[in-house]
Amino acid sequence: MTQQSELRSSNRGTPVGRRVVLGVVGLGVVGVATGRWLSQGVGDVVAATAPGLASVIPAAGGFRIYTVTSGYPEVDPAAYRLSLSGLVERPLSLSLTDLADLPQTQMTKDFQCVTGWRVDDVPWSGVLLRDVLDAAGVDQDAAALTLTSFDGAYTESLTLEQAMRDDMLVATTMYGAPLEVKHGAPVRLIAAPMYGYKSIKWMDGIELTREVQPGYWEVRGYDVDAWVGQSNGRTDEPVV
Amino acid sequence: MSQSSDALLPRFARAERWVHRTLGILVGVLLVTGAFLFFPDLGALIGNRQLVTTTHEVAGWLIPVPLLLALGSRAFRSDAGRLNRFSPSDWEWLRSRDRRSGRIRVGKFNAGQKLNAAWTLGALIVMFGTGMVMFWSSLFPDSLRTGATFVHDWTALAMAVIVLGHIWMAYRDAIARTGMRTGSVPEDWAEREHGAWADEVRSR
Repeated sequence: MTQQSELRSSNRGTPVGRRVVLGVVGLGVVGVATGRWLSQGVGDVVAATAPGLASVIPAAGGFRIYTVTSGYPEVDPAAYRLSLSGLVERPLSLSLTDLADLPQTQMTKDFQCVTGWRVDDVPWSGVLLRDVLDAAGVDQDAAALTLTSFDGAYTESLTLEQAMRDDMLVATTMYGAPLEVKHGAPVRLIAAPMYGYKSIKWMDGIELTREVQPGYWEVRGYDVDAWVGQSNGRTDEPVV
Repeated sequence: MSQSSDALLPRFARAERWVHRTLGILVGVLLVTGAFLFFPDLGALIGNRQLVTTTHEVAGWLIPVPLLLALGSRAFRSDAGRLNRFSPSDWEWLRSRDRRSGRIRVGKFNAGQKLNAAWTLGALIVMFGTGMVMFWSSLFPDSLRTGATFVHDWTALAMAVIVLGHIWMAYRDAIARTGMRTGSVPEDWAEREHGAWADEVRSR
């Protein structure tokens, strides 16, 4: 190397910029490959050190809020009614007081979303779906449920057999407090063994039918029988 | 020796100002829409998740366009080369406590600007790649989807911090902003902030 070209190359300096770009991209690739475990670790650390953080930053292990309509629907709690219709012996229109008079059930379950996030050990309480159905009396011909939301768009479905399980809850509280609007106030379903889209928020109607009518996401390609870890091409751990 | 202090030195070509403005708008749209998608309580304010999502996706797809178009500009390529290269005095500038005094005469870009540019390009590539995994999520196994979401989220938070820092630095220096808006800067500012570059421009 001549003195002059040596001088020129040292003037040009080292390509630190390129190294930084490649380093950031490399870290990103490693993060994608290991993120499943990293995100679990971050969630655990946040839960142990700053539990409030997860409700502000979903990446730290909290709920992500999905709606299919503009904004969140709200209803006057005094005016709220949950209707039971279709193939039932006694069509009902249950107020929040009526629901509170039914046998109350508490359950603590993991909440798993089909898009990948999971919140461990969420305490819910309310009335078992089975107990609500018993209050109305299910006709012999009924084999399925169509659930509706007062957001005006969302629907869900269950077979009667699924609905009678003891981990299907008509929930009115979460973490010991009344449901927040973003979590489906005043009443939502918790279909604990299934992906989150089955757990319809802002629920105001349960219709008993002969056949399953696929719900909002199910006509858009998601599985009707949405067991966690056994549907939608996913292999998540079962919820506990 | 410097001439009158109101002489102007050309700093950024039209293509560079255009790519900076376009990228700035796109990144701004992405950060704001991303925040509405990401933070539950913000999302609650405006709802309209589908519209916000579509806006975010369109802005994301557009990110490479100004960068690729700008590669046609000689001035952009030349400055990209300057941003890439670290000289020994850049390291010294980074380590020094009196970075802002002008004692170490830096070139067209100081080491902080170089690091910011490199980080931003790397982060944009990461965000674009992980965004595509999330966009075509059905093509990827769920461990990769989760990993992409994880990286997209945390890189976005880091980008937001750096972008706010970038805006803060610009807010404190009106002449630097003028340089990016009009393309030229007063010579005395160049002398103070980018002394070696001022020498270089004058010697041309």
